[in-house]
Amino acid sequence: MITIQGQGVCGGVAFGKLLHLKKAGSKIPRTYIQDTQKEWKRFEEARKSAEQQLDDLYQKAIGEVGEENAMIFEIHRMMLEDPDYLDSVKTIIQEQRLNAESAVSITADTFSEMFASMDNSYMQARGADVKDISQRILSILTDEGRLRLSSHAPVIIGAEDLAPSETVEMDKSGILAFVTEKGSSSSHTAILARTMNSPAVIGAVGIMESTYDGADIIVDGFSGKIYVDPDMQTVLTMQKKKEQTDRQTELLSKLKGVKPITKDGQSVLLYANIGSLSDMALVYANDGMGVGLFRSEFLYLGRKTYPSEEEQFSIYKSVLQKAMGKRVVIRTLDIGADKQADYFAMPQEDNPAMGVRAVRLCLTRPAVFKTQLRALYRASMFGKLAIMVPMITSLDEVLQVKDLMKEVREELRQEHLTFREDCEFGIMIETPAAAIICDKLAPEVDFFSIGTNDLTQYTLAVDRQNPDATAFLNPHHTAILRLIDTVIKAAHQAGIWAGICGELAGDLELTELFLAMEVDELSVSPNQILPLKQKILSCNISQIRETALNLLK
Amino acid sequence: MQQFTFTITDPQGIHARPAGLLVKEASQFESDISLQCNGKSGDAKRIFSVMGLSVLSGATVTVTAEGKDEDAAIHTLELFFKENF
Repeated sequence: MITIQGQGVCGGVAFGKLLHLKKAGSKIPRTYIQDTQKEWKRFEEARKSAEQQLDDLYQKAIGEVGEENAMIFEIHRMMLEDPDYLDSVKTIIQEQRLNAESAVSITADTFSEMFASMDNSYMQARGADVKDISQRILSILTDEGRLRLSSHAPVIIGAEDLAPSETVEMDKSGILAFVTEKGSSSSHTAILARTMNSPAVIGAVGIMESTYDGADIIVDGFSGKIYVDPDMQTVLTMQKKKEQTDRQTELLSKLKGVKPITKDGQSVLLYANIGSLSDMALVYANDGMGVGLFRSEFLYLGRKTYPSEEEQFSIYKSVLQKAMGKRVVIRTLDIGADKQADYFAMPQEDNPAMGVRAVRLCLTRPAVFKTQLRALYRASMFGKLAIMVPMITSLDEVLQVKDLMKEVREELRQEHLTFREDCEFGIMIETPAAAIICDKLAPEVDFFSIGTNDLTQYTLAVDRQNPDATAFLNPHHTAILRLIDTVIKAAHQAGIWAGICGELAGDLELTELFLAMEVDELSVSPNQILPLKQKILSCNISQIRETALNLLK
Repeated sequence: MQQFTFTITDPQGIHARPAGLLVKEASQFESDISLQCNGKSGDAKRIFSVMGLSVLSGATVTVTAEGKDEDAAIHTLELFFKENF
């Protein structure tokens, strides 16, 4: 047995096989071959297996999502049989004497470029289908992990690190836990794991050792320990721990439907942070009272071109419809820093966390921002929408955003398109500058939502993507807590509501303090809602107010 | 040789799903079946070829069949276009 110590970022215990996820495209072997006929046969066999997989997927999908939606797998199959596609692969193998992997990868690029060059966003998106089918064949040819994921029993994912676009693409149903060598507790791996309620350990150096691929492992998300080929004693101990955790989960489900009110009658809104339409199901499963943060950047990641107004409109509309009248706070474009999309063609920045990101990008590219605002306003008819703008540092930025919003509303009126006039507008307080001048910002907005992840990184001058600096990233720092207190006070002074949507909102050690500060809303990953509710129900704020507020001293 | 001309009214044009259905329909016939749109021509039995035409809403498409079963092919495809686009 080998024990690897990492940092647990999402509690829970998982038993399963480790599956190494390697970066796609990073290791397509490019070799010259002698026997072109044999190479073609290799390709044909891989293609046959791919078709078989697609047939299986199609059948499975018909049962789960209906024939119309399952059709995509039929189309993928047709693509694999397309003579143009096959000719291209064959020509490259025969004439350039390249191996099948290279031939498929070159063909995939050629065909997806053809789609990318079309002037129709729907067709442009089809480039992803070509990449997808090619990846399927490549995975079979190179026996890579990515594909085994969808076709095998549940696994524990091991990776160096996970990019936001990779987490979007992942089929999450077969994942028991995550372990990564890099990352920090507010990285995407951690956020994804919390959303899915899967145990996760980051900074697990050594887990990508090639002999561990496929090994039986146990992940303890509480202690951050990973056991490779565990011995009997460890298995028994961990099984006990898993049972305890499962019991806790069971207990929490009893809290569903109970209102989050303290013993002395103080209530708080308990919202969920989500990143995609499908996460709405988790909001309900965990009894969320609304959505406090819908990260719209997931619409922009993992694709080749800007999402169109229609595309965005239909997603926002669905989210609002699914929320059935509950408040949904949608955060506008937050691209930049650790979240990059190639088509934005952002100049290389030495320090992107302090570069042209989020609202700065929106204000320098008003056309992109206005497309999103139009889609949001149009969708506002279908529920209770609140628009929230990230990374504000000045009053001027707020006023500029408001001007653009006004322009958009005016345009919509002229086009006779309907929207709700009472749609709320709020800002994220996630820079020290915004927190310090929040009394000046409050009269201009309907609400504040404190983004503690960035607020911590910027206030403490610690890069949250740097695992070595994590030791200096103390989110309980008095400076952070005082800023939060200032922001909530300023909001109440101006008669607006204030919430917290960063990781700190779910930190049970601080719940009493936040309640003593009279925070109006806490927004956390769906799986953190019930533990937080349990904590709130147990609090008696009038009794502990003074003690709790001592943390500010 | 048989042919017909059709104007696409589906707001999404010939997008992925119906393109797949079209290829399926066309593949049942022995005849060569082609689509002409915007000065470009594509093979109706090849998915990439059909998608490559990027037929948008409002575009006019000419469908041509040539071969033994060209009459049946055109008849079937005309119905198919009416139902799907």
